[in-house]
Amino acid sequence: MDRFAALIDALVFTPSRNAKLALLATYLRDTPDPDRGWALAALTDGLNFPAIKASTIRALLMERVDPVLFQISRDYVGDTAETASLLWPDPLGERGPPPTVSEVVAELSAANRNTGPRVLAGLLDRLDSSGRYALLKLATGAMRIGISARLAKTAFAQAFDVSVDDVEEYWHGQAPPYLPLFAWAAHGAEPPRADDLPLFRPFMLAHPLEDLELDLADYAAEWKWDGIRVQLVHVAGETRIYSRSGDDITATFPELAPALAIPAALDGELLVRGSHQGGNEGGAASFNALQQRLGRKTVSKAMLADYPAFVRLYDVLVLEGEDHRPRPWNERRGVLEALVPRLDPQCFDLSATIEAKDFAELAGIRERARDDAIEGVMLKRRDSPYVTGRKTGLWYKWKRDPLLIDCVLMYAQRGSGKRSSFYSDFTFGCWNGDPDAGAEILPVGKAYFGFTDEELKWLDRHIRQHTVNRFGPVRETDKSLVFEVAFDSVHHSKRHKSGVAMRFPRINRIRADKPAHEADRLDTLKALIRD
Amino acid sequence: MGIRVLPADCWIDPARPVDTALVTHGHADHARGGHGTTIATPQTLAIMQLRYQTDAGAVPVAYGETIDLPGGVTATYQPAGHVLGSAQILLEHAGERVVVTGDYKRRSDPTCPAFEPIACDVFITEATFGLPIFHHPPIGDEIAKLLAAREANPDRCVLIGAYALGKAQRVIAELRLAGYGEPIYLHGALERMCRLYEELGVGLGDLRPIAGLPKAALQGQIALCPPSALSDRWSRRLPDPITAMASGWMRVRQRARQRNVELPLIISDHADWSELTRTIAEVDPAETWITHGREDALLRWCELNQRKARALALVGYEDEDD
Repeated sequence: MDRFAALIDALVFTPSRNAKLALLATYLRDTPDPDRGWALAALTDGLNFPAIKASTIRALLMERVDPVLFQISRDYVGDTAETASLLWPDPLGERGPPPTVSEVVAELSAANRNTGPRVLAGLLDRLDSSGRYALLKLATGAMRIGISARLAKTAFAQAFDVSVDDVEEYWHGQAPPYLPLFAWAAHGAEPPRADDLPLFRPFMLAHPLEDLELDLADYAAEWKWDGIRVQLVHVAGETRIYSRSGDDITATFPELAPALAIPAALDGELLVRGSHQGGNEGGAASFNALQQRLGRKTVSKAMLADYPAFVRLYDVLVLEGEDHRPRPWNERRGVLEALVPRLDPQCFDLSATIEAKDFAELAGIRERARDDAIEGVMLKRRDSPYVTGRKTGLWYKWKRDPLLIDCVLMYAQRGSGKRSSFYSDFTFGCWNGDPDAGAEILPVGKAYFGFTDEELKWLDRHIRQHTVNRFGPVRETDKSLVFEVAFDSVHHSKRHKSGVAMRFPRINRIRADKPAHEADRLDTLKALIRD
Repeated sequence: MGIRVLPADCWIDPARPVDTALVTHGHADHARGGHGTTIATPQTLAIMQLRYQTDAGAVPVAYGETIDLPGGVTATYQPAGHVLGSAQILLEHAGERVVVTGDYKRRSDPTCPAFEPIACDVFITEATFGLPIFHHPPIGDEIAKLLAAREANPDRCVLIGAYALGKAQRVIAELRLAGYGEPIYLHGALERMCRLYEELGVGLGDLRPIAGLPKAALQGQIALCPPSALSDRWSRRLPDPITAMASGWMRVRQRARQRNVELPLIISDHADWSELTRTIAEVDPAETWITHGREDALLRWCELNQRKARALALVGYEDEDD
């Protein structure tokens, strides 16, 4: 447990991604089985101990510390587990030897609601404050230390010098402490196989098209729908839906899983029914509507009725036992077109290809994407196998040109990583009326990229010289600088005072030449809403 | 704004210029300039002179020495163990004894003499770390952490954010006690105070300015700067620094994270919870008055231990960087 606690502390205080990777990789390499597997599960939300709740911790503390002092401390620290780790009294007499991670997992798993508090107290008595913090975080499953599943897998690959794609593929279907996975990566055993499990397979991704012109004899075109990329997998009576990052989001979309009953792995865009994207024919609501459905653990009937989800399919990876990934796109497309009529039309449709005689005509069609509120066009090489990641020359995304608006810089905050110490996170706004008639600037968005390093230095200096107020880490400026902001689309929002929210805003140009009162008005931005 | 001593018509640690000020120690929020008469230890007066460039009205009082104030009040200065020159002030009037601790700690500190408990009727204590979560570990452990980080990162430099008065010199002195003989590099804002410490007899070893050095010269070295410089552009001149901060606040992870601290060092010149409560019990006053800090928790402790106590709401003291 000491090593695990030291790892947690180091991860908490290490801002850089690469340094986090190195810390994790070292831990995974140097820690014996099964501790490292349990630790990995703890870091990736793979553990659950129903016997231990946050209330268990509170109750234990109340028996040992004055409740008023506990509450004052809790309010100051802002985190129950950390407060408890700091306040836990040292045991009378000698502290026992610290438990291993495996011991902790074994004891917590065996505990029930009645014995849970006693078991946890016994473990806390054997640890110092760092160890107690790690234990409490592990026991309640709320790590929140900035380690995504993807980062953990990347670290695993780095630790044993294996490919992260392989790790992704073998990881799914494995349960903690992942002994076969470590046996494969660390000791060269056969990779774990689980053909009877609904496993995630890493996605094939697209490059931005930039200034290329492609021959449509070699490339097929499809619309680029603005939803979330998903993979549906059905094996042995079970269906799972995976997001771009490989997270299992089946529970969020309960209407979809039962609709796929054919053994398959399918690639598509998850959307909500509507007429925003591409009108009635397009049949999909805006991303805003889909957002109502994202991130929910339970889904109400009203949600299902108001925002019915479906998947627009564009590829087939596996079908009825056959792996189609090595086959060219046009053959897979044929398999997919034959499959779609066998699926429930409520839940699935086919991503149509765009017919155009040449690239110039396609460019014209793409121009109209704005009016249809479609994100852009995808181009897929007709002979491309389905390969993991972003391989040059196979798939391209060709987004429509961004919208532009002139905004005024309002607030700035210091960035992180290589931008730490520079003011690099910007909030900007538009006038809510005539600036000469007493209008105010209301914030409309935030951006932290789109500028060069040189421009960043200039901006940092501007902000330091034009600060009128400070709120903690945030500086308010004198609102004199104009940004030309590029963004993909703009939507109604109840969450923002201005009533609008932009998608993918970035700084396109710094308009130091333009006076602030000539920046755009909110009405101009609102006129671009296509909700 | 400080504590007023009515019968003697003077103030302790006033936040505004007054005719007569009794100053416990040299931190800027306690030792403001511009008083008519400033009564303090010679070391505190030297620190104030360095800062305000004047010694007008300075009246030195050595540790253990008693001086007479108007109105039949006497004041005796005793070590507080906080920083060089820091003192508790014992006030006596008509048979009543009041002790004002100023800021204090009970841990050993190679840069100043140790706190001594003084029997009194009213004990006016600080409460900067007046929460039971605050426990300062032995400083040797923290220094060992610091040296281990340096050892493990020969290409980087360990940059420690530390208060210019007291904390910086204590960290340096503790490094020397731990046998660290290499040069220690200083941000310009720390140089004068370190020099003054040396003049006052606190040896700090080989200290060198950072200004003008190439990045490579600082690889594998230890450097100190004021906390405000840690995340400033200034730190970019150092080779990929490991940002460390020496402060009692580092006990709380979020506090360290908010300041982007990679290596939190829990080193404080204030009493932690157990020192605060142990000291009240040891002094055993008839009444405890609690000033600047987290009064509510210490008040609660007094209540639980049947001790008469009240909070004095003093404004103007800053403790965020300690």
